[in-house]
Amino acid sequence: MSKKYLTRYGDNYVAEMTEAEIREDIEDGTFDAASRGEIPAMNQEEIDHLFEIITSPQKIVSVEPGSEVVVSFDAGTLKFTVRHGAGMDRLQTVLAQERALGSDSIELCHVDYSYKPIKPIISEERQTMEQVQLMATLPVLYGAMPNLGLYTKPDGPCDNWAELLPAGKIKEAREAQEEAIEHAVRDIVFVASQMIESGADGINLDTVGASGDADVKASLEAVRILSQKYPTTGFEMGMAGEFNLGMHGELAFDGEILAGMYPHKQVKMAEQAGVSIFGLVVNTNSSKSLAWNLARVVTFTKETVKVANIPVHANVGMGVGGIPLSLIPAADAVSRVDKALIEIAGLDGL
Amino acid sequence: MTVTHESTAGMCGIRSAGDLVFRMELQKMKINDAKAYVAQKLGVSVADLADCAQMKEVREQLDIGTTMLRPDGGVGIQTKFRIAELLGIPINSVENFKRHAGL
Repeated sequence: MSKKYLTRYGDNYVAEMTEAEIREDIEDGTFDAASRGEIPAMNQEEIDHLFEIITSPQKIVSVEPGSEVVVSFDAGTLKFTVRHGAGMDRLQTVLAQERALGSDSIELCHVDYSYKPIKPIISEERQTMEQVQLMATLPVLYGAMPNLGLYTKPDGPCDNWAELLPAGKIKEAREAQEEAIEHAVRDIVFVASQMIESGADGINLDTVGASGDADVKASLEAVRILSQKYPTTGFEMGMAGEFNLGMHGELAFDGEILAGMYPHKQVKMAEQAGVSIFGLVVNTNSSKSLAWNLARVVTFTKETVKVANIPVHANVGMGVGGIPLSLIPAADAVSRVDKALIEIAGLDGL
Repeated sequence: MTVTHESTAGMCGIRSAGDLVFRMELQKMKINDAKAYVAQKLGVSVADLADCAQMKEVREQLDIGTTMLRPDGGVGIQTKFRIAELLGIPINSVENFKRHAGL
Protein backbone atom coordinates (compact mmCIF):
# COMPACT_ATOMS: atom_id res chain seq x y z
CA MET A 1 0.00 0.00 0.00
CA SER A 2 1.40 3.40 -0.97
CA LYS A 3 2.56 5.70 1.78
CA LYS A 4 0.14 8.53 2.48
CA TYR A 5 1.13 12.06 3.38
CA LEU A 6 -0.82 14.35 5.64
CA THR A 7 -1.84 17.49 3.76
CA ARG A 8 -4.86 19.76 3.40
CA TYR A 9 -7.51 20.86 1.00
CA GLY A 10 -8.37 24.45 0.08
CA ASP A 11 -11.24 24.29 2.58
CA ASN A 12 -8.66 23.91 5.40
CA TYR A 13 -9.53 20.30 6.24
CA VAL A 14 -6.87 17.60 6.55
CA ALA A 15 -6.49 15.01 3.78
CA GLU A 16 -4.22 12.02 3.26
CA MET A 17 -2.73 11.71 -0.21
CA THR A 18 -0.19 9.43 -1.89
CA GLU A 19 2.92 10.71 -3.66
CA ALA A 20 1.29 9.98 -7.02
CA GLU A 21 -1.84 11.93 -6.08
CA ILE A 22 0.15 14.93 -4.85
CA ARG A 23 2.39 14.98 -7.92
CA GLU A 24 -0.65 14.69 -10.20
CA ASP A 25 -2.26 17.68 -8.46
CA ILE A 26 0.94 19.74 -8.69
CA GLU A 27 1.13 19.06 -12.43
CA ASP A 28 -2.58 19.79 -12.96
CA GLY A 29 -2.28 23.02 -10.97
CA THR A 30 0.76 24.36 -12.76
CA PHE A 31 -0.66 23.48 -16.19
CA ASP A 32 -3.95 25.15 -15.28
CA ALA A 33 -2.13 28.41 -14.45
CA ALA A 34 0.13 28.12 -17.48
CA SER A 35 -2.86 27.59 -19.75
CA ARG A 36 -4.92 30.45 -18.32
CA GLY A 37 -2.06 32.93 -18.16
CA GLU A 38 -0.22 31.73 -21.27
CA ILE A 39 2.94 31.50 -19.20
CA PRO A 40 5.53 28.76 -18.55
CA ALA A 41 4.56 25.89 -16.25
CA MET A 42 6.86 24.81 -13.42
CA ASN A 43 9.83 22.70 -14.52
CA GLN A 44 10.64 19.28 -13.05
CA GLU A 45 13.10 20.67 -10.50
CA GLU A 46 10.50 23.13 -9.24
CA ILE A 47 7.83 20.42 -9.11
CA ASP A 48 10.16 18.23 -7.05
CA HIS A 49 10.94 21.13 -4.71
CA LEU A 50 7.23 21.86 -4.21
CA PHE A 51 6.56 18.17 -3.54
CA GLU A 52 9.28 18.20 -0.83
CA ILE A 53 7.77 21.28 0.78
CA ILE A 54 4.24 19.85 0.80
CA THR A 55 5.31 16.46 2.16
CA SER A 56 7.78 17.73 4.76
CA PRO A 57 7.16 15.76 7.99
CA GLN A 58 7.47 18.92 10.08
CA LYS A 59 4.26 20.69 11.06
CA ILE A 60 5.72 24.15 10.37
CA VAL A 61 8.29 24.68 7.62
CA SER A 62 10.43 27.76 7.09
CA VAL A 63 12.95 29.42 4.79
CA GLU A 64 16.71 29.33 5.22
CA PRO A 65 18.25 32.14 7.32
CA GLY A 66 18.93 35.09 5.04
CA SER A 67 15.99 34.33 2.74
CA GLU A 68 13.37 36.09 4.85
CA VAL A 69 11.10 38.69 3.23
CA VAL A 70 9.09 41.63 4.54
CA VAL A 71 5.39 41.58 5.32
CA SER A 72 2.73 44.16 4.44
CA PHE A 73 -0.93 44.30 5.46
CA ASP A 74 -4.39 44.99 4.22
CA ALA A 75 -7.08 45.91 6.75
CA GLY A 76 -4.09 46.50 9.06
CA THR A 77 -5.60 48.04 12.17
CA LEU A 78 -8.93 46.24 11.75
CA LYS A 79 -7.56 42.83 12.70
CA PHE A 80 -7.28 43.29 16.47
CA THR A 81 -10.10 45.73 17.02
CA VAL A 82 -12.84 44.50 14.68
CA ARG A 83 -12.11 40.96 13.54
CA HIS A 84 -10.92 39.71 16.92
CA GLY A 85 -13.07 42.05 19.01
CA ALA A 86 -10.09 42.87 21.20
CA GLY A 87 -10.85 46.27 22.67
CA MET A 88 -7.98 48.57 21.82
CA ASP A 89 -7.62 51.73 19.78
CA ARG A 90 -5.68 51.98 16.57
CA LEU A 91 -2.56 53.51 18.13
CA GLN A 92 -2.37 50.55 20.52
CA THR A 93 -2.84 48.19 17.59
CA VAL A 94 0.06 49.74 15.70
CA LEU A 95 2.34 49.54 18.75
CA ALA A 96 1.32 45.92 19.41
CA GLN A 97 2.13 45.04 15.79
CA GLU A 98 5.47 46.82 16.03
CA ARG A 99 6.71 45.78 19.46
CA ALA A 100 4.92 42.52 20.26
CA LEU A 101 4.34 40.86 16.87
CA GLY A 102 7.43 42.17 15.07
CA SER A 103 5.58 43.32 11.95
CA ASP A 104 7.71 44.83 9.20
CA SER A 105 5.05 47.44 8.40
CA ILE A 106 1.44 48.19 9.24
CA GLU A 107 -1.50 49.94 7.70
CA LEU A 108 -3.80 52.41 9.43
CA CYS A 109 -7.37 52.07 8.21
CA HIS A 110 -10.99 52.79 9.04
CA VAL A 111 -13.69 50.19 9.65
CA ASP A 112 -15.56 51.44 6.53
CA TYR A 113 -12.60 50.35 4.42
CA SER A 114 -13.19 52.37 1.22
CA TYR A 115 -11.87 55.74 0.08
CA LYS A 116 -15.30 57.32 -0.48
CA PRO A 117 -16.59 57.13 3.14
CA ILE A 118 -13.28 58.42 4.51
CA LYS A 119 -13.91 61.89 3.06
CA PRO A 120 -16.34 63.11 5.76
CA ILE A 121 -14.01 61.93 8.55
CA ILE A 122 -10.72 62.89 6.96
CA SER A 123 -9.82 65.28 9.80
CA GLU A 124 -10.18 62.53 12.42
CA GLU A 125 -8.20 60.10 10.26
CA ARG A 126 -5.43 62.65 9.85
CA GLN A 127 -5.25 63.25 13.60
CA THR A 128 -4.90 59.53 14.24
CA MET A 129 -2.17 59.19 11.60
CA GLU A 130 -0.27 62.11 13.14
CA GLN A 131 -0.47 60.58 16.63
CA VAL A 132 0.57 57.16 15.35
CA GLN A 133 3.53 58.59 13.47
CA LEU A 134 4.84 60.24 16.63
CA MET A 135 4.96 56.88 18.44
CA ALA A 136 5.79 54.35 15.71
CA THR A 137 9.15 53.40 14.24
CA LEU A 138 7.87 50.94 11.62
CA PRO A 139 6.47 52.21 8.29
CA VAL A 140 2.77 53.06 8.68
CA LEU A 141 0.72 53.17 5.49
CA TYR A 142 -2.87 54.34 5.09
CA GLY A 143 -5.14 51.98 3.20
CA ALA A 144 -8.63 51.49 1.82
CA MET A 145 -10.42 50.04 -1.21
CA PRO A 146 -11.34 51.98 -4.38
CA ASN A 147 -14.70 50.15 -4.25
CA LEU A 148 -16.49 51.57 -7.28
CA GLY A 149 -19.71 49.88 -6.24
CA LEU A 150 -20.22 52.64 -3.65
CA TYR A 151 -20.76 55.17 -6.46
CA THR A 152 -23.95 53.48 -7.72
CA LYS A 153 -27.50 54.55 -6.85
CA PRO A 154 -28.99 54.76 -4.27
CA ASP A 155 -25.74 55.26 -2.32
CA GLY A 156 -24.00 57.19 -5.10
CA PRO A 157 -24.70 59.28 -8.20
CA CYS A 158 -24.17 56.67 -10.95
CA ASP A 159 -26.58 54.15 -12.46
CA ASN A 160 -25.85 50.60 -11.33
CA TRP A 161 -24.03 48.68 -14.06
CA ALA A 162 -24.74 45.40 -12.28
CA GLU A 163 -28.44 46.06 -12.97
CA LEU A 164 -27.94 47.56 -16.45
CA LEU A 165 -25.87 44.68 -17.79
CA PRO A 166 -28.44 41.91 -17.19
CA ALA A 167 -31.04 44.22 -18.84
CA GLY A 168 -28.89 44.32 -21.97
CA LYS A 169 -28.10 48.02 -21.56
CA ILE A 170 -24.40 47.66 -22.37
CA LYS A 171 -23.80 51.25 -23.49
CA GLU A 172 -25.49 52.67 -20.38
CA ALA A 173 -23.54 50.29 -18.12
CA ARG A 174 -20.27 51.43 -19.66
CA GLU A 175 -21.17 55.10 -19.30
CA ALA A 176 -22.07 54.57 -15.65
CA GLN A 177 -18.69 52.95 -14.95
CA GLU A 178 -16.83 55.72 -16.75
CA GLU A 179 -18.64 58.27 -14.59
CA ALA A 180 -17.81 56.29 -11.43
CA ILE A 181 -14.12 56.25 -12.37
CA GLU A 182 -14.03 60.05 -12.31
CA HIS A 183 -15.60 60.17 -8.83
CA ALA A 184 -13.31 57.44 -7.47
CA VAL A 185 -10.10 58.99 -8.81
CA ARG A 186 -11.03 62.31 -7.23
CA ASP A 187 -11.82 60.69 -3.86
CA ILE A 188 -8.71 58.49 -3.77
CA VAL A 189 -6.44 61.39 -4.64
CA PHE A 190 -8.11 63.61 -2.03
CA VAL A 191 -7.94 61.11 0.83
CA ALA A 192 -4.44 59.84 -0.02
CA SER A 193 -3.06 63.38 -0.33
CA GLN A 194 -4.46 64.33 3.07
CA MET A 195 -2.98 61.24 4.73
CA ILE A 196 0.41 61.79 3.11
CA GLU A 197 0.35 65.37 4.36
CA SER A 198 -0.20 63.90 7.85
CA GLY A 199 2.89 61.73 7.56
CA ALA A 200 1.75 58.43 6.04
CA ASP A 201 4.75 56.41 4.84
CA GLY A 202 2.72 55.08 1.97
CA ILE A 203 -0.75 54.53 0.57
CA ASN A 204 -2.29 51.11 0.06
CA LEU A 205 -5.03 50.59 -2.52
CA ASP A 206 -6.51 47.26 -1.54
CA THR A 207 -8.83 44.79 -3.30
CA VAL A 208 -8.32 46.62 -6.60
CA GLY A 209 -10.63 45.25 -9.27
CA ALA A 210 -13.38 44.09 -6.92
CA SER A 211 -15.87 46.00 -9.09
CA GLY A 212 -14.20 44.99 -12.33
CA ASP A 213 -11.91 46.67 -14.82
CA ALA A 214 -13.27 50.16 -14.04
CA ASP A 215 -12.10 49.67 -10.46
CA VAL A 216 -8.62 48.88 -11.78
CA LYS A 217 -8.65 51.84 -14.14
CA ALA A 218 -9.62 54.26 -11.34
CA SER A 219 -6.82 52.93 -9.10
CA LEU A 220 -4.15 53.20 -11.78
CA GLU A 221 -5.20 56.72 -12.72
CA ALA A 222 -5.22 57.78 -9.05
CA VAL A 223 -1.75 56.34 -8.40
CA ARG A 224 -0.39 58.05 -11.51
CA ILE A 225 -1.56 61.41 -10.18
CA LEU A 226 -0.37 60.71 -6.63
CA SER A 227 3.05 59.33 -7.56
CA GLN A 228 3.77 62.45 -9.60
CA LYS A 229 2.54 64.67 -6.77
CA TYR A 230 4.47 62.76 -4.06
CA PRO A 231 7.45 61.11 -5.80
CA THR A 232 9.18 59.88 -2.62
CA THR A 233 6.07 58.29 -1.07
CA GLY A 234 5.37 54.59 -1.59
CA PHE A 235 2.18 53.23 -3.18
CA GLU A 236 1.08 49.64 -2.73
CA MET A 237 -1.63 48.11 -4.91
CA GLY A 238 -3.23 44.84 -3.83
CA MET A 239 -5.50 43.13 -6.30
CA ALA A 240 -8.93 41.56 -5.76
CA GLY A 241 -8.52 38.54 -8.00
CA GLU A 242 -6.18 36.73 -10.34
CA PHE A 243 -7.59 38.43 -13.44
CA ASN A 244 -9.40 41.70 -14.10
CA LEU A 245 -13.13 41.15 -14.54
CA GLY A 246 -14.38 42.82 -17.72
CA MET A 247 -17.46 44.54 -16.34
CA HIS A 248 -16.80 47.29 -18.88
CA GLY A 249 -14.60 45.39 -21.27
CA GLU A 250 -13.14 48.25 -23.30
CA LEU A 251 -11.24 50.25 -20.69
CA ALA A 252 -7.53 50.66 -21.33
CA PHE A 253 -4.51 52.07 -19.50
CA ASP A 254 -1.63 53.34 -21.62
CA GLY A 255 -3.22 51.62 -24.60
CA GLU A 256 -3.60 48.19 -22.98
CA ILE A 257 -7.07 46.70 -22.45
CA LEU A 258 -7.42 45.97 -18.72
CA ALA A 259 -10.10 43.29 -18.80
CA GLY A 260 -8.78 39.75 -18.56
CA MET A 261 -5.26 40.67 -17.43
CA TYR A 262 -3.54 38.09 -15.22
CA PRO A 263 -0.96 39.08 -12.55
CA HIS A 264 2.09 39.16 -14.82
CA LYS A 265 0.34 41.77 -16.96
CA GLN A 266 -1.37 43.57 -14.07
CA VAL A 267 2.05 44.26 -12.54
CA LYS A 268 3.29 46.03 -15.67
CA MET A 269 0.29 48.38 -15.58
CA ALA A 270 0.97 49.02 -11.92
CA GLU A 271 4.61 49.82 -12.66
CA GLN A 272 3.66 52.27 -15.39
CA ALA A 273 1.24 54.04 -13.05
CA GLY A 274 3.95 54.54 -10.39
CA VAL A 275 3.10 51.76 -7.93
CA SER A 276 5.97 50.85 -5.57
CA ILE A 277 4.79 47.41 -4.35
CA PHE A 278 2.41 45.17 -6.31
CA GLY A 279 0.14 42.82 -4.36
CA LEU A 280 -0.54 39.75 -6.45
CA VAL A 281 -3.67 37.66 -5.92
CA VAL A 282 -4.32 34.09 -7.02
CA ASN A 283 -7.64 32.66 -5.89
CA THR A 284 -7.78 29.50 -3.76
CA ASN A 285 -10.10 26.73 -4.95
CA SER A 286 -11.54 25.24 -1.75
CA SER A 287 -12.41 21.91 -3.39
CA LYS A 288 -8.85 21.29 -4.60
CA SER A 289 -5.79 20.20 -2.61
CA LEU A 290 -3.06 22.45 -1.21
CA ALA A 291 -0.75 20.90 -3.83
CA TRP A 292 -3.01 21.93 -6.71
CA ASN A 293 -3.61 25.42 -5.36
CA LEU A 294 0.00 26.08 -4.45
CA ALA A 295 1.25 24.90 -7.84
CA ARG A 296 -1.05 27.44 -9.51
CA VAL A 297 0.08 30.25 -7.20
CA VAL A 298 3.77 29.46 -7.66
CA THR A 299 3.34 29.41 -11.45
CA PHE A 300 1.60 32.79 -11.61
CA THR A 301 3.91 34.34 -8.99
CA LYS A 302 7.15 33.18 -10.59
CA GLU A 303 6.24 34.78 -13.91
CA THR A 304 5.03 37.97 -12.22
CA VAL A 305 8.23 38.34 -10.19
CA LYS A 306 10.27 37.63 -13.33
CA VAL A 307 8.74 40.44 -15.38
CA ALA A 308 8.39 42.96 -12.52
CA ASN A 309 10.81 45.81 -11.88
CA ILE A 310 9.12 46.59 -8.56
CA PRO A 311 8.71 44.38 -5.46
CA VAL A 312 5.90 41.82 -5.63
CA HIS A 313 4.06 40.80 -2.46
CA ALA A 314 1.64 37.89 -2.54
CA ASN A 315 -1.77 38.29 -0.94
CA VAL A 316 -1.67 35.33 1.42
CA GLY A 317 -4.75 35.88 3.51
CA MET A 318 -7.79 33.70 3.97
CA GLY A 319 -8.74 32.16 0.60
CA VAL A 320 -6.04 33.65 -1.63
CA GLY A 321 -2.47 32.78 -2.53
CA GLY A 322 -2.97 29.10 -1.79
CA ILE A 323 -4.00 29.82 1.82
CA PRO A 324 -7.06 27.71 2.72
CA LEU A 325 -10.45 29.39 2.55
CA SER A 326 -11.09 29.58 6.28
CA LEU A 327 -11.20 32.21 8.99
CA ILE A 328 -8.56 30.19 10.84
CA PRO A 329 -6.16 28.83 8.22
CA ALA A 330 -3.92 26.01 9.46
CA ALA A 331 -0.39 27.16 10.22
CA ASP A 332 1.11 24.10 8.51
CA ALA A 333 -0.51 25.12 5.22
CA VAL A 334 0.35 28.81 5.68
CA SER A 335 4.02 28.06 6.31
CA ARG A 336 4.20 25.84 3.20
CA VAL A 337 2.71 28.61 1.07
CA ASP A 338 5.30 31.11 2.36
CA LYS A 339 8.23 28.77 1.81
CA ALA A 340 7.17 27.76 -1.70
CA LEU A 341 6.51 31.32 -2.86
CA ILE A 342 9.87 32.57 -1.57
CA GLU A 343 12.07 29.62 -2.54
CA ILE A 344 10.52 28.73 -5.91
CA ALA A 345 8.86 31.94 -7.11
CA GLY A 346 11.36 34.45 -5.67
CA LEU A 347 8.75 36.62 -4.00
CA ASP A 348 9.73 40.02 -2.49
CA GLY A 349 7.20 40.02 0.36
CA LEU A 350 4.01 38.68 1.82
CA MET B 1 -1.86 34.54 10.41
CA THR B 2 0.41 37.51 11.09
CA VAL B 3 2.45 35.56 13.59
CA THR B 4 2.69 32.55 11.27
CA HIS B 5 3.87 34.61 8.31
CA GLU B 6 6.42 36.56 10.35
CA SER B 7 7.80 33.53 12.17
CA THR B 8 7.91 31.39 9.03
CA ALA B 9 9.40 33.83 6.60
CA GLY B 10 9.26 37.43 7.84
CA MET B 11 12.11 39.71 8.84
CA CYS B 12 10.28 40.53 12.09
CA GLY B 13 10.28 44.32 11.95
CA ILE B 14 12.21 46.20 14.61
CA ARG B 15 13.28 42.92 16.24
CA SER B 16 15.76 42.94 13.37
CA ALA B 17 15.82 45.16 10.26
CA GLY B 18 12.47 44.38 8.63
CA ASP B 19 11.19 47.94 8.97
CA LEU B 20 14.29 49.32 7.25
CA VAL B 21 14.12 46.84 4.36
CA PHE B 22 10.41 47.59 3.93
CA ARG B 23 11.19 51.32 3.69
CA MET B 24 13.49 50.59 0.75
CA GLU B 25 10.83 48.42 -0.93
CA LEU B 26 8.57 51.47 -0.73
CA GLN B 27 11.30 53.15 -2.80
CA LYS B 28 10.74 50.39 -5.42
CA MET B 29 13.77 48.27 -4.53
CA LYS B 30 13.25 44.51 -4.88
CA ILE B 31 13.95 42.43 -1.78
CA ASN B 32 17.58 41.49 -2.48
CA ASP B 33 18.52 45.02 -3.53
CA ALA B 34 16.75 46.44 -0.48
CA LYS B 35 18.57 44.06 1.85
CA ALA B 36 21.95 44.81 0.27
CA TYR B 37 21.30 48.55 0.55
CA VAL B 38 20.30 48.39 4.22
CA ALA B 39 23.15 46.03 5.11
CA GLN B 40 25.67 48.40 3.54
CA LYS B 41 24.20 51.40 5.38
CA LEU B 42 24.25 49.53 8.71
CA GLY B 43 27.70 48.05 8.13
CA VAL B 44 26.49 44.46 8.59
CA SER B 45 26.12 41.42 6.34
CA VAL B 46 22.84 40.63 4.59
CA ALA B 47 22.59 37.47 6.71
CA ASP B 48 22.68 39.60 9.87
CA LEU B 49 19.64 41.67 8.89
CA ALA B 50 17.07 39.19 10.18
CA ASP B 51 19.20 38.03 13.13
CA CYS B 52 17.68 39.57 16.25
CA ALA B 53 20.84 39.03 18.31
CA GLN B 54 23.01 41.01 15.91
CA MET B 55 20.39 43.61 15.17
CA LYS B 56 19.51 44.29 18.81
CA GLU B 57 23.05 45.54 19.34
CA VAL B 58 23.14 47.46 16.08
CA ARG B 59 19.78 49.10 16.73
CA GLU B 60 20.70 50.05 20.29
CA GLN B 61 24.04 51.50 19.19
CA LEU B 62 22.37 53.53 16.44
CA ASP B 63 19.35 54.30 18.66
CA ILE B 64 16.86 53.46 15.92
CA GLY B 65 14.27 51.68 18.06
CA THR B 66 13.89 48.16 19.45
CA THR B 67 10.97 46.15 20.78
CA MET B 68 12.01 46.75 24.40
CA LEU B 69 11.87 50.22 25.89
CA ARG B 70 15.09 51.50 27.47
CA PRO B 71 15.69 54.52 29.71
CA ASP B 72 17.00 57.35 27.53
CA GLY B 73 16.40 55.21 24.43
CA GLY B 74 14.68 56.73 21.42
CA VAL B 75 11.16 55.75 20.42
CA GLY B 76 8.90 56.66 17.53
CA ILE B 77 9.63 59.91 15.74
CA GLN B 78 13.04 60.26 17.43
CA THR B 79 14.20 57.01 15.88
CA LYS B 80 12.87 57.98 12.45
CA PHE B 81 15.04 61.11 12.35
CA ARG B 82 18.04 58.79 12.55
CA ILE B 83 16.57 56.22 10.14
CA ALA B 84 15.95 58.89 7.49
CA GLU B 85 19.56 60.06 7.77
CA LEU B 86 20.95 56.53 7.89
CA LEU B 87 19.05 55.31 4.81
CA GLY B 88 19.30 58.60 2.95
CA ILE B 89 15.58 58.84 2.29
CA PRO B 90 12.95 61.41 3.27
CA ILE B 91 10.36 60.19 5.81
CA ASN B 92 7.09 62.12 5.66
CA SER B 93 6.47 62.17 9.41
CA VAL B 94 9.99 63.47 10.06
CA GLU B 95 9.53 66.27 7.55
CA ASN B 96 6.17 67.09 9.19
CA PHE B 97 7.76 67.16 12.64
CA LYS B 98 10.49 69.52 11.47
CA ARG B 99 7.89 71.84 9.95
CA HIS B 100 5.66 71.87 13.03
CA ALA B 101 8.61 72.29 15.43
CA GLY B 102 10.13 75.06 13.33
CA LEU B 103 13.36 73.07 12.86
